[in-house]
Amino acid sequence: MHDAESEGVTAAPLPARAAPPRLAIHIYGWLLLLPAAVLLVAFTHYPAVETFIDSFYSTPKGRRAAALVGLDNYQAMLADPVFWRALANNAVYAASVIPLTIALALAMALLINGKIAGRAFLRLSYFTPTVLPMIAVANIWLFFYSPGYGLLDQILGLFGAATHNWLGSRDSALACLIAVAVWKDAGFFMIFYLAALQQISPQLAEAAALEGAGRWYFFRRVTAPLLMPTTLFVLVNAVINSFRLVDHIVVMTQGGPDNATALLLFYIYEVGFKFWDTAYAATLTVVLLIVLAVFALGQFVILDRRIHYQ
Amino acid sequence: MLHSIVKRAAAMALACVVLSSAANASDIVLSFYYPVAVGGPITKIIDGYAADFEKENPGIKINAIYAGTYQDTLVKALTAFKSGAPPDIAVLLSTDMFTLIDEDAIAPFDDLVKTDADKAWAKSFFPAFMENSRTGGKTWGIPFQRSTVVMFFNKDAFKAAGLDPDKAPGSWDELVADGGKLVRRDAAGGVSQWGIEIPSTGFPYWLFQGLTTANDVRLMNEAGTETYFDKPAVIEALKFWVDLSRKYKIQPEGTIEWGTTPKDFFEHKTAIMWTSTGNLTNVRKSADFPFGVAMLPAHHGRGSATGGGNFYLFKKMTDEQRTAAFKFVQWMTTPERAAAWGIATGYVAVRPDAWDTPAMQKYVADFPPAAVARDQLKYAVAELSTHDNQRVTKALNDGIQAALTGAKTPEQAMHDAQQEAARILKPYQ
Repeated sequence: MHDAESEGVTAAPLPARAAPPRLAIHIYGWLLLLPAAVLLVAFTHYPAVETFIDSFYSTPKGRRAAALVGLDNYQAMLADPVFWRALANNAVYAASVIPLTIALALAMALLINGKIAGRAFLRLSYFTPTVLPMIAVANIWLFFYSPGYGLLDQILGLFGAATHNWLGSRDSALACLIAVAVWKDAGFFMIFYLAALQQISPQLAEAAALEGAGRWYFFRRVTAPLLMPTTLFVLVNAVINSFRLVDHIVVMTQGGPDNATALLLFYIYEVGFKFWDTAYAATLTVVLLIVLAVFALGQFVILDRRIHYQ
Repeated sequence: MLHSIVKRAAAMALACVVLSSAANASDIVLSFYYPVAVGGPITKIIDGYAADFEKENPGIKINAIYAGTYQDTLVKALTAFKSGAPPDIAVLLSTDMFTLIDEDAIAPFDDLVKTDADKAWAKSFFPAFMENSRTGGKTWGIPFQRSTVVMFFNKDAFKAAGLDPDKAPGSWDELVADGGKLVRRDAAGGVSQWGIEIPSTGFPYWLFQGLTTANDVRLMNEAGTETYFDKPAVIEALKFWVDLSRKYKIQPEGTIEWGTTPKDFFEHKTAIMWTSTGNLTNVRKSADFPFGVAMLPAHHGRGSATGGGNFYLFKKMTDEQRTAAFKFVQWMTTPERAAAWGIATGYVAVRPDAWDTPAMQKYVADFPPAAVARDQLKYAVAELSTHDNQRVTKALNDGIQAALTGAKTPEQAMHDAQQEAARILKPYQ
């Protein structure tokens, strides 16, 4: 590509001034890229490569330096029940949080895009959870879920339901954290849908109305396809968030009871900064990176083809 | 114009550098990491201590750095250590001792104890607190902010249930009997007030030690290389904890959140709670009913585990710095300061003679519950601490939570935990 361009430059009938030498153009280009490249390499690529290398070494401790152990860490990982538990939990978590958040975000955006009373207030209240820091949110929800006097139990109590130990039982703890994540992120994604909805020309709706299209038909055949680029963007972010955001777990359950709410990243934190087993943490991180890479490839390669960009 | 401004700024900067280096050239500078784990203006108190120490010891500068929770402080100290610039002094959990030794990060105090006064000082602490501070014949930590588990009870609830409000249950049997009377149900049959709550999130092993110690069994050896999770007495203690919920129905089922347990107590959702003495000041402020503090109930024995933070000295220091750091640690643990620190925070003053100071005697006279923790120290044992501590602890925590949530029987849970702990500790034996 560079060659084609520079050839184009030399081939063109130029006035008195000579074309800049090829090398200078390359240096110029690289200099422009340099700031971004340095940041990317220093904070993304180098750590990823280093993590990958570290996963084949043992953890250095005291005077004992790291030693090459080959696939030992990976074998230990396959035999580690907590790892499998965290992976399974994360799968359930992602498979619930992602569709629920996107559906809720879209529903809220459609609702407040219409002309209804109190629209500004609704927009604000839908967006508020996004503005709050996750740590604060988790501390508030901790009390929502507390048995007996917590908000959830009080509301259910009105209908005569018995109190429930929401975060303290294995059946409900993960679902509770999923609810917090959906509540927290839906408002953020709603903003993108709202912006996309307002880009859609009203003429389309008018034309559809003239043709006698119903609202559902219009949504399915016109609105939804036009929202697909936004959906892809939201989906990418939702997937990343479902593996990246574990603040609420630290505050609300610390992965308990008995690892029922341990997610992959939380377990990596535990192994890395509580157990100080940095080599094993690197091994787990490699798995996380692979999972995210597979998702990203899938999204960009498969979904991108089906999306219509204006 | 611009030129002269630049010149002047440069001159000022130079002056600053010269001045500050002149003031500090002979100073010994010590960095001191500390965590905050209880309510109150802790950073202000510590900064005040550091300033007072500097005033009394010219030539030594204490750079006190608030580093977050215990966990944050350990992460910061160890990361700094691994990058070659560790703090000089740090307050970290007493249970982190083996981790710090294994990382080769800290140095023992023994070489610094030279004079008779030093020796007397080294012997002045409650023996229960020293259990987590010594191993292999050396002293690695000096007790500073230490706590233990005690029982808080609501006197109004005791009265309403027809119990003597001045007599807390003293044994497991009494706990079950009293607990049964304290449970109150609403019209629909739901429980509106539980008999007891023993929190089981975060660090359930610590509260569990209140049960195992009462059952006269220890969880690990002093060298930190063996655990005894599957001993019959340990399983029995866990079975009792589970039975409080499942058999006697005086405690909520499932795990109980550590953070909201005091709130449950204030809201009359539970008549008795077990929690840290560090919560004493908080309970005193927030409970709108008369409350009592008592030792944990006994069974075949009595007692609970100590907890909290110790002073550690990091290895990478000059001899001069080490001497100064030692001086600072001694200064922070004089009887008067230990008493003042205990009164300000609710921590248990770490040496018996601190309790004889006028300030502490007045405090205890005004507020007798403060002395319960001290009296219980006679029966206290070391908090669970082994090599690869947090991993072994997690094995036990997972086992306890599995039993409390009904996923495993107490036998199965403790056998699994012991197996996992033995696997982790194998390299250290």
